[in-house]
Amino acid sequence: MTRHDLIIIGGGPAGLAAAISAREAGIEDILILERDKELGGILNQCIHNGFGLHTFQEELTGPEYAARFIEKAQVLSIPYLLNTMVMNISGDRTVTAMNRTDGFFTLEAGAIILAMGCRERPRGALNIPGFRPAGIYSAGTAQRLVNMEGFMPGKEVVILGSGDIGLIMARRLTLEGAHVKVVAELMPYSGGLKRNIVQCLEDFSIPLKLSHTVVDIEGKERVKAVTIARVGPDRKPVAGSEERIPCDTLLLSCGLIPENELSRSAGVAISPVTSGPVVNESLETSVPGIFACGNVLHVHDLVDYVSEEAAQAGRAAANLLLGGRKPAGRPVRVLTKNGVRYTVPSEIRPASMEETCTIRFRVGDVYRNKSIALWLGGKKVYSKKRPIMAPGEMEQVILKKEDLIKETDLAEITVSLEEG
Amino acid sequence: MMDVIIIGAGVVGCAIARELSRHEGEFMVLEKAADVCEGTSKANSAIIHGGYDAAPGTAKARFNVRGNAMMDALSKDLDIPFRRIGSLVIQTRSQEKEALLSLLNRGGRNGVKDLRILEKDELFSMEPNLSEDAERALFCASGSIVCPFHMTIALAENAVQNGTAFSLSTRVLSVKRKDSCYVVETDRGEFETRAVINAAGVWSDVFHNQVSEKKLSIIPRKGEYLLFDKSAGSHVSHIIFQLPGKMGKGVLVTPTIHGNLLAGPTAMEIPDPEGVNTTSEGLAELKERAMQSIRDLPFSSVITSFAGVRAHEAGGDFVVGEAVDAPGFFDAAGIESPGLSSAPAIGEYLAGLVAKRLSLPEKKNFISTRKGIRNPSSLSMEERNLLIREKPAYGNMICRCEMISEGEILDAIHRPLGAKSLDAVKRRTRAGMGRCQGGFCSPRVMELLERELSTDALSLTKAGGGSFLLTGRNKDDMGKEASHDTT
Repeated sequence: MTRHDLIIIGGGPAGLAAAISAREAGIEDILILERDKELGGILNQCIHNGFGLHTFQEELTGPEYAARFIEKAQVLSIPYLLNTMVMNISGDRTVTAMNRTDGFFTLEAGAIILAMGCRERPRGALNIPGFRPAGIYSAGTAQRLVNMEGFMPGKEVVILGSGDIGLIMARRLTLEGAHVKVVAELMPYSGGLKRNIVQCLEDFSIPLKLSHTVVDIEGKERVKAVTIARVGPDRKPVAGSEERIPCDTLLLSCGLIPENELSRSAGVAISPVTSGPVVNESLETSVPGIFACGNVLHVHDLVDYVSEEAAQAGRAAANLLLGGRKPAGRPVRVLTKNGVRYTVPSEIRPASMEETCTIRFRVGDVYRNKSIALWLGGKKVYSKKRPIMAPGEMEQVILKKEDLIKETDLAEITVSLEEG
Repeated sequence: MMDVIIIGAGVVGCAIARELSRHEGEFMVLEKAADVCEGTSKANSAIIHGGYDAAPGTAKARFNVRGNAMMDALSKDLDIPFRRIGSLVIQTRSQEKEALLSLLNRGGRNGVKDLRILEKDELFSMEPNLSEDAERALFCASGSIVCPFHMTIALAENAVQNGTAFSLSTRVLSVKRKDSCYVVETDRGEFETRAVINAAGVWSDVFHNQVSEKKLSIIPRKGEYLLFDKSAGSHVSHIIFQLPGKMGKGVLVTPTIHGNLLAGPTAMEIPDPEGVNTTSEGLAELKERAMQSIRDLPFSSVITSFAGVRAHEAGGDFVVGEAVDAPGFFDAAGIESPGLSSAPAIGEYLAGLVAKRLSLPEKKNFISTRKGIRNPSSLSMEERNLLIREKPAYGNMICRCEMISEGEILDAIHRPLGAKSLDAVKRRTRAGMGRCQGGFCSPRVMELLERELSTDALSLTKAGGGSFLLTGRNKDDMGKEASHDTT
């Protein structure tokens, strides 16, 4: 069995950034396993701009953003295998994979970084009643068809869900000649970025109906119409509010699910809130030597944060492999309060952390004029005012090692939303 | 002149076709859909029932028990995924034990073996996730799960191997008697035939009534289902029934042969024989009723819902045999549950009847076995590597949820009655049947269909007919006026 110091599962933005930072930290023997025919992951179909504002202070398209990392990985001569599907990862870091040329093979890894990304929630999981004709696509599938293959999935389109891909596709389909009739969103707020609401819907006069859902799909062969209805505070359709919209296509942009089947096969503990691995300050999962970053860990809003997080995972894996890890000590749990849904990481071992640790999280509702507060035990060490926070945007707070080591016998760290 | 035309390529039509192909003759199956297994056969509980439920003396009881007994050999011969996991009919605290005992008794009279009553302790040791109301159960060891798609496709492929013609996308418009034979008029021309077998499912009354004065009346009955992710597949390990009521066997919860969990069906009489839409009321009712027998059902793991329409005949029993006033016209009508279980026996019986009627000699070189699409996951690593070296397509993963390679999809496309649509690939290989429901693999399967069938992507369909997947190329409609709603 061939052994590699570091195997990275996935050659998208997370896997690439992790590989680059691990190499820069001194790891020579790295292998990226990518299931698609090229590196870059989902960015390859994200041909719109808006990527890289934080990382490069430039507005790049998805393929351009990916290219910066792919080129760097090539300059660093980081090996990768394309068209290679990882079939299984075991808890002892044995990776089983398959491709056309090498067949079925197993590899042994000193450390593994999980960077498999996420998938879209399908229609069935949304419990939308009606027929099951052609013309129902998840937004990402439609994006691939249009942007990579040049095919239109429909002419008259209704979009359910205002996740970013749905919003981006509303604009793309319009630019390609389709008529997007409405975007319906179950929640009273959008699941996407504010800038996408403005640039993809408002600029094209596409109506956004909040607190609405699809209650019926008509058409035995191809979609003929969908019926949308207003939902009450219980998110159940309000009788009498139904509106039938003739269309030939329904796009779904109703959330992303981290793809953790391989993580589970390795015995990695999964958070019920993020559907991603539970990780510590080093982005290491419950299985020693297996790290996670990017959308497989938790769904991000901006790829810039994926790159940043993945680079950290790369450094942490390098640190482990180079024997630089200090005895970990007792982990301190990160608790959430008042509207903070989760944090990544969810536990911190002070001895193992870098000078700072970015704690990323999402809020569960739209909040105005609140502060993000960071508590070390009973002591508030940080507070930042936020005029508006929404579930569609990721928030973060920086934990400083110097603050943390001052506290002996720290019971817990708390991230909370507070008044004022 | 054909010897026999079979109308309908569901599991019953295909079972008849396969049995009939043991004989010499010109046989043809006409199917309006673009693939076999497109009606009731594709949307049901995927169960081979024990046979204790139907009233003794009925056709349902007789064909169910015989069909069940045939499945061991049939599944082996035709490479059909099939497993005898056993079924349980649950009696709850508020129900009478009598009802269970009468089922036991009925089963005995129907000739079902291996039936026994389980008391609470044993029951819960077998099925810890039963609702706390469960008191005792009727256990039937011969209750089994099967893949209804593979079963139908296997029967059809084997019939093709033995010379039977299938004309898909061919809608039968009428059946008329002409002298001592029949004329079957379709949207692709007329066919003369010595005998007709009516296996038209929810439409079987229409064709029967065109030739017979003894009228049939099919009442379409919709059943809705929820399919759970494989992560929920071991929530129960037997087929869990509720005590039967007037509208059928109640809601069952069962593992599927492919490792998912299935709950359903509801039972609702509907006017449209093809009304396979799910409804919010139906799905809500289904959840509530499933929870009556099983606790902690992980509804957040549901990956899809679907509905099937069963052909309930007003008389309540299967109508199997020659129409009394139409010699040479044979019915397999009103085949609702336990239709899948009964199909092999109905096929055996009707094919025998027709062969005798037409004096069809037995075929000397009948091919009795058929191999399914090779399943690489059942191979050892060495075997799999050998396969990939021989055919590299087996090393190219297309469906990442169900782990289906290009090799399997090419096999599905190029075998007899090969797949021509996304759904046809899905039912043959399971590509697109997993937790992402085709989100990732649909475009890739479309590419393969386009390449292998040398067709244009724009002509690809989900399931034949007008179910086109794409509406054009980018910017085809650029600059055209936005259409105005007409409603």
